[in-house]
Amino acid sequence: MITTVETIEARPRRGTELLLLFFALAIVLLAWVDTEIANRGAVPAGLATIGGGLLAVVLLMHLVVRWKAPYADPLLLPIATLLNGLGLVMIHRLDLAAGNFGFEGDAFRQLIWTGISVTVAAGVLWLLRDHRTLRRYTYTAMAAGVLLLVLPLMPVIGNEQYGSRIWIRLGPMSFQPGEIAKIALTIFFAGYLVQTRDVLSLAGRKVLGFTFPRGRDLGPIMVAWAVSIAVLVFEKDLGSSLLFFGLFVAMLYVATERMSWIAIGMTLFAASAWVAFNLFTHLQRRVTLWLDPFSAASLEQSDQLAKGLMGMAAGGLFGTGLGAGRPWLVAFAQSDFIIPSLGEELGMTGLFAVLVLYGLFVQRGLRTALGVRDGFGKLLALGLAFSVALQVFVVIGGVTRVIPLTGLTTPFMSLGGSALLANWSILALLLRISDQARRPVPDSDGLSEVTARRKAGTPYAAPAPDGPGQPSARKTGAAVPATDGGAGQ
Amino acid sequence: MNAPILRISRLVGLLFAILLVSATVIQFVQAPQLQARPDNRRTLLDNYSRERGQILVGASAIAQSTPSEGELAFLRTYPQGPLYSHVTGYYSYVYGAGGGLESSVDDLLSGSSDSLFYKRIADLLTGKKSTGASLELTLNPKAQQAASTALGTQRGAVVALDPRTGAILALVSHPEYDPNQLSSHDLNGTTRAWDALIKDPTRPLVNRTISGNLYPPGSVFKIVTAAAGLSSGAIDETTQMPAPAVMDLPQTNVGLPNHDRQPCGPGDQTTLEQALVISCNTAFGWLGIKVGADALRDQAARFGFGETLLIPMRATPSTVPASLNPPQTAQSAIGQFDVRVTPLQVAMVSAAIANKGVVMRPYLVEKAVGANLETLEQHSPEQLSRAVSPEIAATLTRMLVSVVDRGTGRAARITGVAVAGKTGTAQQGNGLPPHAWFTAFAPADNPQIAVAVVVEDGGNAGDEAAGGRLAGPIAKAVMEAVVKK
Repeated sequence: MITTVETIEARPRRGTELLLLFFALAIVLLAWVDTEIANRGAVPAGLATIGGGLLAVVLLMHLVVRWKAPYADPLLLPIATLLNGLGLVMIHRLDLAAGNFGFEGDAFRQLIWTGISVTVAAGVLWLLRDHRTLRRYTYTAMAAGVLLLVLPLMPVIGNEQYGSRIWIRLGPMSFQPGEIAKIALTIFFAGYLVQTRDVLSLAGRKVLGFTFPRGRDLGPIMVAWAVSIAVLVFEKDLGSSLLFFGLFVAMLYVATERMSWIAIGMTLFAASAWVAFNLFTHLQRRVTLWLDPFSAASLEQSDQLAKGLMGMAAGGLFGTGLGAGRPWLVAFAQSDFIIPSLGEELGMTGLFAVLVLYGLFVQRGLRTALGVRDGFGKLLALGLAFSVALQVFVVIGGVTRVIPLTGLTTPFMSLGGSALLANWSILALLLRISDQARRPVPDSDGLSEVTARRKAGTPYAAPAPDGPGQPSARKTGAAVPATDGGAGQ
Repeated sequence: MNAPILRISRLVGLLFAILLVSATVIQFVQAPQLQARPDNRRTLLDNYSRERGQILVGASAIAQSTPSEGELAFLRTYPQGPLYSHVTGYYSYVYGAGGGLESSVDDLLSGSSDSLFYKRIADLLTGKKSTGASLELTLNPKAQQAASTALGTQRGAVVALDPRTGAILALVSHPEYDPNQLSSHDLNGTTRAWDALIKDPTRPLVNRTISGNLYPPGSVFKIVTAAAGLSSGAIDETTQMPAPAVMDLPQTNVGLPNHDRQPCGPGDQTTLEQALVISCNTAFGWLGIKVGADALRDQAARFGFGETLLIPMRATPSTVPASLNPPQTAQSAIGQFDVRVTPLQVAMVSAAIANKGVVMRPYLVEKAVGANLETLEQHSPEQLSRAVSPEIAATLTRMLVSVVDRGTGRAARITGVAVAGKTGTAQQGNGLPPHAWFTAFAPADNPQIAVAVVVEDGGNAGDEAAGGRLAGPIAKAVMEAVVKK
């Protein structure tokens, strides 16, 4: 195993973040003005108020980061802001096409949810001083995750929409608890795997060059598999099922460093996919649609994918321009199909830019996982970042016919409050972990670090590692149990 | 744990690379095919957002785009809708472009033609909205109106050509329909109108001049047989041909009778001219067998039979059956059995005789002009084939003048103008009344127009139809509209 010795220059880079935030906000406001001029021929009346409001929200978040997580990664927040803002512009653009704007529009609801989500993210950053605190709630997180997953199956509050039973409805509010469950389960996976990784990685026998685990150690992966199958069967939610299982296998692989887990996971996935395909007609329909969205059999079920493809084709290389295309011709253009909507109006180049933003976001998350010194933090950061990557791949791959279309939301962009809330919470957790990862490592005597800290004016909570230049977190202080595995073995 | 994280990071890179490739495939590689799909509503809406070119007859537009409120920026209107319905066709949001020039010259009208490429580039740079090209047609509005009025409520078709160039002067198919109903933005109304047209047993959407089920030509085909006889040398003007009341068809026990069941001349014999004048079946049956099926078919091909013409709408080829035994040859020689023609083809036969034996390629679009009235495409008359020698053409012209002067074609006589023509009464062989035919050209000495008329199922006259009486006056009306006395 490679031990990467990270020598990070300890600079908070909050100024960089602020500059990028202004830049992101400027792009969003420019896009909004462009849309309004193309559609209504005038600069929006609320430019100053709404623009000012967004600026206030963004600045609030920035100040909380500056105060509570000064060493956090400077790219994560601006990228999330830009993606969220572009999503808002596209949703507003579709509102304009549908003729309902102002307080009636989807964009207004999304704007409110953006405010709530940023506030929650700021709250998470404020209250959660150290991500390792979450390790204490490993099994609480599991219970919460499973409960959230099964909520939609409950009578009265459970609600089936568009063929998937993944919503709960309380009065006028509907909520997709699976999005929050994703975070809870990632916390659980990280806590659980940090504890059991030694036994999962050491015991076993060698077959064909792979070290396969003992039968009794197969328990956890079988449970994860069973849960994802249950999600698929009872909630008919192929996307979430794929996401949970893929996430678990990736985290298991990182925790144990054993390729055999990936082999086992792929086998289980392939087998269950084959069985499910033969059992469920709604999966067969998805595959038919995927293979040829223009065939008569496909168009009979849904012309959504076909229309999305034609929309992207209409955009071509440079797009029709915001407000000048016809993204509303596709059903769910503001949620599941927001990517084809952007592809139509911003073109292939615009879509590439969005993909690069997601790629950067995920890579900054993975960079955080590399840099952070405790095993739990590594697994949590990896899980959160990978879940975003997998979700982006499943949803964009679905609308561009790489894989069959499943119903997942596009992180930060799709219309939907629960998803937005979940993604901003993921962002807050990643900011918290990256603060820890990028925080300067104190010398063994800790003296130089104290001076540096005092300069930055922040209280210090991270434990001292074994020695300088050792990324291991073998003895991680009072907040973390001593069973915590080292990272550098 | 860092090594697996780095590997996961590489996996993520791979996943994103796949997405970049798939986006490129859709938005760059496959985009042209996706855009060209007929069910692509965006392309259709784009076409509607561009001003489509006009279709002009003389100085007046018979199809034009007018600015409109709503999602569709332009409304296609047809100021003289029914009269030109089979020329323009329709341009419908629901049913697409069809039925005529709207579909066959769509690329020019919509502005997507390659010949408009540089103009589009210029429009892009100057920020001007691009527009389609306008079409100037060869039609003569007076001839078109005369043909439609004369045909009246009867089903049938009229085609008039300028024999010297092949320019189409009139193109009328009855029943007509109103393309405005199909191009309307009231989509429910459009659907209702379409359904009614589809269900109508008289099939108004069929352009009978160039397509449809085609017609048996009856006696107008005798011009082809006569040309074959003269060209092959089987007969000349003085040959006395056997012409009894009923011709005994070899190998069968049925006969081929004259329509009046009388012999065509004294001693059951007649000359070619007399046989044409009284439309003698038995003489032409004999002539058909004499020249043979192959010579007959060759002669027909030299008049344009079997040719798929684009006028620019596609015209169904007219046919003489591939293998014929002698009795079938005799029947074919008088335009029965399985000989099938379009009115356009019959007009081309007359036009060839009128034009000293040369068939000109028929065409409808004189030129295409851009928005600044610059000429984009200009048609130049083109020879399709040589049907007969100038001498034989002259001989046949003289004989056909006799048909109108003193024979079955008297109904088409125009005072002061020599008219050459031939009648036809085509039996359908299914109990329905025969089709009435007339084809003619005028003036015989300096032809300006060749015309073919068919009136389906005996038209208003029922069973007793004779081509001359029903179709003759229609041909006369069309020729009078064009010929300068």
